[in-house]
Amino acid sequence: MNRKTGLIQWFSGFLPVFLFIVSWEIVGRFNLFPGQFFFPPFSAVVKEGYHLLTNGVLGKNFASSLIRVLIGLFCGSVAGIFVGVIMGWKDMVNKALSPIISLLYPIPALGWLPLLMLWIGINEMLPIIIIFICSFFPVVYNTFTGIRNVDKKYIYAAETLGASNMTILFKVIIPLALPNIFTGLKLEAGMSWRVLIAAEMVAIPTGIGALMIQAESLVRVDIIMVCLIILSIMCLIFERIFALAEKHMVGRWSSHA
Amino acid sequence: MPEIRLVKVSKHICYELDLTIQNGEKFVIIGPTGSGKTTILNVIAGVTDYKGNVYIDDQCVDRLSPGKRGVGYLFQGLALFPHLTVFENIAFGLKAKGMEEGAIRERVFSLMEMMHIKHLSDRYPHMLSGGEKKRVALTRSLAPSPQILLLDEPTSSLDHQTAKYLRNELIGLLQKLKITTVYVTHDLREAEEIADRIALLSHGKIEQISTPKDLFFNPQKESVSRFTGMPNIIECTQSRVITSGLVEVVSDEMTMILPYDGGNIKKIAIPPEDIYISDVKPPGPALNRFMGKVEEITRDNSMVRVKLSIGTKTLLAELSKGAFDEMTIEKGKEVYVVIKMRRLRYVE
Repeated sequence: MNRKTGLIQWFSGFLPVFLFIVSWEIVGRFNLFPGQFFFPPFSAVVKEGYHLLTNGVLGKNFASSLIRVLIGLFCGSVAGIFVGVIMGWKDMVNKALSPIISLLYPIPALGWLPLLMLWIGINEMLPIIIIFICSFFPVVYNTFTGIRNVDKKYIYAAETLGASNMTILFKVIIPLALPNIFTGLKLEAGMSWRVLIAAEMVAIPTGIGALMIQAESLVRVDIIMVCLIILSIMCLIFERIFALAEKHMVGRWSSHA
Repeated sequence: MPEIRLVKVSKHICYELDLTIQNGEKFVIIGPTGSGKTTILNVIAGVTDYKGNVYIDDQCVDRLSPGKRGVGYLFQGLALFPHLTVFENIAFGLKAKGMEEGAIRERVFSLMEMMHIKHLSDRYPHMLSGGEKKRVALTRSLAPSPQILLLDEPTSSLDHQTAKYLRNELIGLLQKLKITTVYVTHDLREAEEIADRIALLSHGKIEQISTPKDLFFNPQKESVSRFTGMPNIIECTQSRVITSGLVEVVSDEMTMILPYDGGNIKKIAIPPEDIYISDVKPPGPALNRFMGKVEEITRDNSMVRVKLSIGTKTLLAELSKGAFDEMTIEKGKEVYVVIKMRRLRYVE
């Protein structure tokens, strides 16, 4: 790809975003939407975002949300991968856990909220556990599928080469299941932010979700829009982080496996 | 190198199979798709459960894991680990056995040099051609110095030239290693080139075990001669070397000149598709040309089989339907019979 083609591609990707922002600015500035307070122009949203950043409100709430997502997602993913691997590896564990997982998996993470509010109360653990639940089940499912889908021929080959069960698991099966595991992780990376915002809006007094609900009560559409932009960017960044990790770890061979 | 013995082994299509593969032997299992060839390899390697017993050098290995049976296995699908480089693939078995890093490097590089794949060391399997993948998989199976080598259709899915090249290299390698080898193929010619003995397998049963020559010249069952495609076996009453590379053989009424660089020929096997028949006199010299009488004509979808008598001998010729329809041949008619010399097989 030469420099000119690269520039054209970049510009054609940027153009729709640019047009969207310009349209937004025009609609907001010329009051084309009923009620100026309900549709501030893009420049007003940016200005408010800058204001929230400098007075520390955005930073404080964002940090709360980020820490909750990081802890919940990390614990949910690690536990999900662990359980998924054991279920995929050992038939007996699969038979024991599969009915429970099948029963609990369809329940939306937010469906647990009222129960958890009663069980653990409204504190920092609540959003972390909601995110844990949100990421745990899909990661279990994807990891299990990945482990089970590893072609038996690789296991036979490793066995004839004298590998122990642990070597086969860690050097053959898990690496070959990574594409599936990453599919689960990428999905849940964005989903955990969405679930967190909903939980904070309903039950937690701090975080981006709580900031949105406070803004709603004050009819501050500009603040809500700042929060939505941050949410969108964070979902995108988290998904990209896992996509990059996947590319780094399995990109060299996965599409040909 | 060990002897392998299968006693009343049952798995999938194979039922109570008995088989002994001798020490250092190159043993080829041949048979149509689904006849149970790969199942036998899997049983010997221990990668599948089975009924019956497997002995390696008189030691029952039924309870031994595949890694402890001293077996190197080249799988039909190769099973190269896609996430490991060529070097890592070959080193896998050595690492599993706990060899030191330095010794692993030395062993892997010396094997890669022997197999002419040193330049592929850092590549991943998807970056290799079909032939290169086969070499890497073979090298990997040889790396832990197995006592038994199991090869499942090692030249399948390769183009003709590459397959031929690999086969020749394999023959040289097996002669050098003197390792007990069980080689599965469905290609008769390949089996003949490689085998000390051949087992013909059909529907999980061994139809015949013999040397390649005996398989063609002394088929013990109708099914064997059908599989080898050699129903035309001619006993030679006289044979003399005319010049170096040419032999004249006489079999009752038939006298043939054949390209052969050995001693006296006792038997000839002629593939039916190498017997050419014509209702008009073919051009050229009358070498290996005879007059024959059509005894029987049978047809299937694409082929026509013509049973011919030449004096007291009966031969079976196989023609394509198109070629047959261009001629007017019917039962009882006299026709010209030409024997092509390309693919004859001989017994001295």
